[in-house]
Amino acid sequence: MSLYYVQKLLYNLNRDNSVQHLFKNDLDTLMDGYKLTAEERTWLRNGDVGELYIHGVNGQILMHFAAFIGQDWDEYIQAMKNGLSKHGQVRDGIYKVVDGGDGGAV
Amino acid sequence: MALVFAGICSHGPGITGRAERADSALRDPFYAALDGLRVDIESSGAEALVVIAAEHFANFFMNNMPSFAVGMGEEYEGPIEDPDWLKIPRTTIPGAPELSERIITEMMQTVDLSYAKEWKMDHGIMVPLNFLTPRYDMPIIPANINCQGPPLTPLSRAYAFGQALRRACDSVPEKIAVMGTGGISHWPATPNSGKINEAWDREYLDAWAANDKERLLSYNDEDTLREAGQGGFEIRTLTAISGLCEGTTGTVRYAEPIPIFSTMCVVGVMDI
Repeated sequence: MSLYYVQKLLYNLNRDNSVQHLFKNDLDTLMDGYKLTAEERTWLRNGDVGELYIHGVNGQILMHFAAFIGQDWDEYIQAMKNGLSKHGQVRDGIYKVVDGGDGGAV
Repeated sequence: MALVFAGICSHGPGITGRAERADSALRDPFYAALDGLRVDIESSGAEALVVIAAEHFANFFMNNMPSFAVGMGEEYEGPIEDPDWLKIPRTTIPGAPELSERIITEMMQTVDLSYAKEWKMDHGIMVPLNFLTPRYDMPIIPANINCQGPPLTPLSRAYAFGQALRRACDSVPEKIAVMGTGGISHWPATPNSGKINEAWDREYLDAWAANDKERLLSYNDEDTLREAGQGGFEIRTLTAISGLCEGTTGTVRYAEPIPIFSTMCVVGVMDI
């Protein structure tokens, strides 16, 4: 997991319309600009918020990616919970879940 | 004295983005308290508003993360978020570049900070401005303390940042208002979003209102992460206001947990 570069791509995506355009129209070229693993490219291509979350993408970056790919708030929370159910605790970063993930879309 | 107003408020994106899902018995008094800040800022005669924020990777990333940054642009834009998601239209916000430069120059005497002529505002500033300057007609000077990407700015340095800003405000003839905006305990953008440690929050707010420097600087990141979540790191923005107003106490006008807003929603003012 090159967490740093996944987050850097999403950071640029969240703040730059031209990057958003590239994401929608030529994602491979966009991803070629970052040191990503094959798995990470798949997670980004599939909009797999659960995988990105449990691998440590900062929630402040991830929630905007979720909105960008059309997930509403409840769907975003559920996608992270699904990731936790399938893969267990967050591996890296400071956005680890507590209380088993209690809370959420309330 | 050029500092004419100082206060604090919350900034969670749910405050506007998920407004319709909040209990109106809690939401409406919170909104009213925010509007009270608007009235106070306008009544103060402030010519510019400095917003000390905890931005969430809108301008600064771990490739070049400043502990402190202050805007020096002619104008800014925001929100970076989808306007339909945040429910705040994208707009241009006026800056005060010449005033910013004088403030930054003075602050640099004691604080190492970055300046930025470009700045995209995220919910951390746009949500407060939506209530405080809804016509976007007051010059804004954005400031940021790194509360997101460890290693984080030490709390003692955030307090010193506030002290330096006060000295800078007092060195210019313009009337300046300052707002600190950050969450207290919260686990934002995680499956736990909505979890709030009310006891921890009220203890912090008690220290903030008393402007008790020793208590405010006694917090550490390990305990804060455990008791108040990642969002608790944003107390730096509120503690900076304490440094700004050292020797003065404050009043917490509103403090209630609103889970769908993901945080204890707070409005406070320093009695300057």
